[in-house]
Amino acid sequence: MLLALGANPLEGYQALLEGAFGDVDALADTALKSMPLLLVGIGICIAFRASVINIGGEGQMIAGAIVSTLVALNCGELPRLVLVPLVLAGGLAGGAIWGAIPGALKAYSGVNEILSTIMLNIVAVQLMNFLLRDLIMDPYEKEHGRLPQTQRLSENSDLPLLPGGTRLHIGVLVAVGMAVLAYVLLWRTSLGYRLRAVGHSNAASRYAGMPVKRTIVAALTLSGAMCGLAGAILVFGSESHRFVTDGSSVGFTGSAGFNGIVTALFGGLHPLWTIPSSFFFGGLQFGANAMQRAVQVPAALVVALNGLVVIFVVSSDRLRRAVSESWGQGRAIGRERVAGRSGGTALAEPQEMDCDL
Amino acid sequence: MSEFFTVASLVFVVGSGIRLATPFLLAGLGETIGQRSGVLNLGVDGVMLLGAFGAYWTILETRNPVAGILVGIAVGLVMGLVYGVITVSLRAEQGISGIGIFLFGLGISDLLFQKKVGTPIPIRGFGDLHIPLLADIPKVGEMFFQHSVLVYIAFLLVPVVAFLLNRTTFGLNVRAVGENPAAADSLGVSVVRVRYTTVLLANGLAGLAGAVLAAELGIFQQNLTNGQGFIAIALVYFGAWRPMGVMAGALLFGMVSATVLQWKTLGLVSGAASSLTAMAPAVLTILALVVISRTVGQPAALTRPFDRGH
Amino acid sequence: MQARKYRKVVGLGAMLAVLGLLAGACGSDAEGASGDDGFRIAIVAPSASNDLAFSQSIVDGVNALTGVSAVDITDGTFIVDDAAAAIRAYAEEGYDLVIGHGSQYGGSLQEIAADFPDVAFAWGTSADTFGLPNVSAYTAASDQGGYVMGTMAASMTSTGIIGVIGPIAVGDAKLYVDGFVNGATATVSGITVNVNYIESFSDVALAAEAAQGHVANGADILTGTAQMVVGATGVAAEHGAKWFGTQSNQTALGADIVVASQVYKWEVVLQDLVDGIKKGDLGGESHTITLENGGLLIEFNDGVDAGHAKTIGEAAIKRISAGLLGTGS
Repeated sequence: MLLALGANPLEGYQALLEGAFGDVDALADTALKSMPLLLVGIGICIAFRASVINIGGEGQMIAGAIVSTLVALNCGELPRLVLVPLVLAGGLAGGAIWGAIPGALKAYSGVNEILSTIMLNIVAVQLMNFLLRDLIMDPYEKEHGRLPQTQRLSENSDLPLLPGGTRLHIGVLVAVGMAVLAYVLLWRTSLGYRLRAVGHSNAASRYAGMPVKRTIVAALTLSGAMCGLAGAILVFGSESHRFVTDGSSVGFTGSAGFNGIVTALFGGLHPLWTIPSSFFFGGLQFGANAMQRAVQVPAALVVALNGLVVIFVVSSDRLRRAVSESWGQGRAIGRERVAGRSGGTALAEPQEMDCDL
Repeated sequence: MSEFFTVASLVFVVGSGIRLATPFLLAGLGETIGQRSGVLNLGVDGVMLLGAFGAYWTILETRNPVAGILVGIAVGLVMGLVYGVITVSLRAEQGISGIGIFLFGLGISDLLFQKKVGTPIPIRGFGDLHIPLLADIPKVGEMFFQHSVLVYIAFLLVPVVAFLLNRTTFGLNVRAVGENPAAADSLGVSVVRVRYTTVLLANGLAGLAGAVLAAELGIFQQNLTNGQGFIAIALVYFGAWRPMGVMAGALLFGMVSATVLQWKTLGLVSGAASSLTAMAPAVLTILALVVISRTVGQPAALTRPFDRGH
Repeated sequence: MQARKYRKVVGLGAMLAVLGLLAGACGSDAEGASGDDGFRIAIVAPSASNDLAFSQSIVDGVNALTGVSAVDITDGTFIVDDAAAAIRAYAEEGYDLVIGHGSQYGGSLQEIAADFPDVAFAWGTSADTFGLPNVSAYTAASDQGGYVMGTMAASMTSTGIIGVIGPIAVGDAKLYVDGFVNGATATVSGITVNVNYIESFSDVALAAEAAQGHVANGADILTGTAQMVVGATGVAAEHGAKWFGTQSNQTALGADIVVASQVYKWEVVLQDLVDGIKKGDLGGESHTITLENGGLLIEFNDGVDAGHAKTIGEAAIKRISAGLLGTGS
């Protein structure tokens, strides 16, 4: 593709790689760029494994950012040890709420989650614009420039930097920690078991006595919480330490709500493999700016590449089967299987279900 | 608020609402056809963007709006072929590959725009077409009969698609494939052929929707659609997979957006409050859906790839 | 499933390693090569540098400077964090002047400039230097040109309705719109000026919709500011509405509808800034371009006959420059 655009591909990729991984600072910046991808990706792992399509990452990130900002604005005097976890918890809460709404709508009103999450994305952006324009706008700005941003948030809420002199902050560690927690959740807890079970087959799970509706809500709530945390970390790890908007969703999130889906997919919907995956895509995105400067190829190339990666990965045989197993493919089949099975065993690896119809 | 409720103002709102609804309607109709056959296409927004860029660039180079529209449709058809291969032949996961198409379309359209065009130069699309006699009816004429020809085409497609789905053999096959592909297959219907056709139609219409958007706005920009493709998908669910329902949803969305726009133009809302009103279309759509609460009607085989021999 | 994933990651790692080796083997060509004897400027802007509006104005301005050896631009960074990363990167690479061209970059610039006291920064459009000695602020008294445009628009309109499309009511955008409204209403009584702030700097489609709304309500003259106006100009052209532009010469957007543009000549203030930096004064002041100091220039489009409006406009320019006429905000 680079050749077609009249650029030297070697030079281009060299610039990209150097930009992303060339030195310690670059690595740090790449890690920072990967953080939201990782968190959203973890959320996607949870949701997709329960057969719930969560395209609301953008809105959930914004919701998390809003709640965590409100926490910082109101509790700014608390000492750092308390405030930092508190704002991060705020992020989790905000995102969780924004995920719970479509979750409940799906479980109890039958509203398709694709629809509700898309709509809530729009609502979240406008809510952010409204708040930053009015209720939580920097009082200084109200008098002067009227920039849609908050005041400089309490220093006690700054995410602590990691030693090493780079801009790396603990947000990255938090994200990795969440990945581990998500792994534990999905494969070592009963909730995780239920999530994956519902993902394999709604009907079979219900027959087995599982609270399917509550599980669906839980899936979207947890997924949203992860995205909300990403939003909070974006605010409190940013250069400006303010919540600022340019009016759009992507201006704040950098499309992490969508790119996180790509990341999770590339990681096989497994939280731990999502870690290197997010680093890879974070590097692509970050290095793309360097590439743009070096060979004048717009960074949009990377967006297109992301899309191609998705398509190729999804088309590749192995992953297709792995993913479709955790998807609704088992649903109607499961209905028939259930009749001949007792509770627990309906949830075995559905490889054998493939040939039944 | 009294300025809003003047007759002139309301006439403008209705007319604008119809105009704003058009891209949603076109993309939604396409998605309906696709989903009725069991194929979910989340990449509509990306295809719209590619169609929009194709149309924009063609009109920029040739100054011929018709050529632009045709290119937009052609681009959509090409993407339809690609999507068909991915989902029907390779039987890949539909939801995620749709997102891949979206990202691809978003990136390539932006990339090509920056490389081939650069400075956003406005283009001329189609002018408004006044239907003789009808356009002269006061008020009603302004609302309904003074639109661009593309708007008329879009709304005329509604009964066409409805007829196609409900009264033709093809439509019967489509619905059968969407409900129970195995049964359809056993009756001799080529599931693969039907799904390829619907996917081509769906993406062709999405390309057309993008082209219409570019022609109407007279410009192109990164992420021109700003999520409209996803809203169109949502409208399919809202309309319970029926063309008339999709039209109703598109009109609802368009009217609410037009109302909000008119409030802003007249200065009735401004500043922070305008953000709240901008939420209105989205919130209303969700509320309407909760109230209507449709769980019936979804094609049973939606998102499930068909594997003969299973 | 685990084995499959493992293989995939190993393959991925191998790929990266190979590419990395390739990159290393090709030799590292350090970006920002040493230019100790040249004056290097870096610009970070939120939209394309050829957007015929906001970002274009600063690029044109910097390119018109003398005594500058290199200009590097990172454009299209509407994501504030990306812009902040770019600003910091330029500062670290030792550029002599780093320009953050966007009101939304202020908060980030405030933090970064404090970390690099030996690098000069400039922030626009704004009048705030945060009290830091190495930060200069620049803005445009765009209300002046706005007023002039307003007087001309009011004398040209036949329907008595004018439409304005703005981004967010902030910075030079707000100044321009306020000046325009004042100029129009002061010149002809009974004029209706409808203002629509679309609450976004970048949404071209929304700007186009706003323009459609104005036209539908009877406006035959439109104006607007910020990088998304290209959407509005297209709609104006389609309906034959006249356009008054600002920030850059926008004749290219509609050769037969653009009456005049208020062009930002940033070089008027930037040159002083650059010269000052070379002498060791890193900044700390705010600068404004005005009609008076030549930083604002009203350029008429000869392709459109403005009739007596042009005379009125030129008279207003003279009076504002001489300080005889206020823009009434």
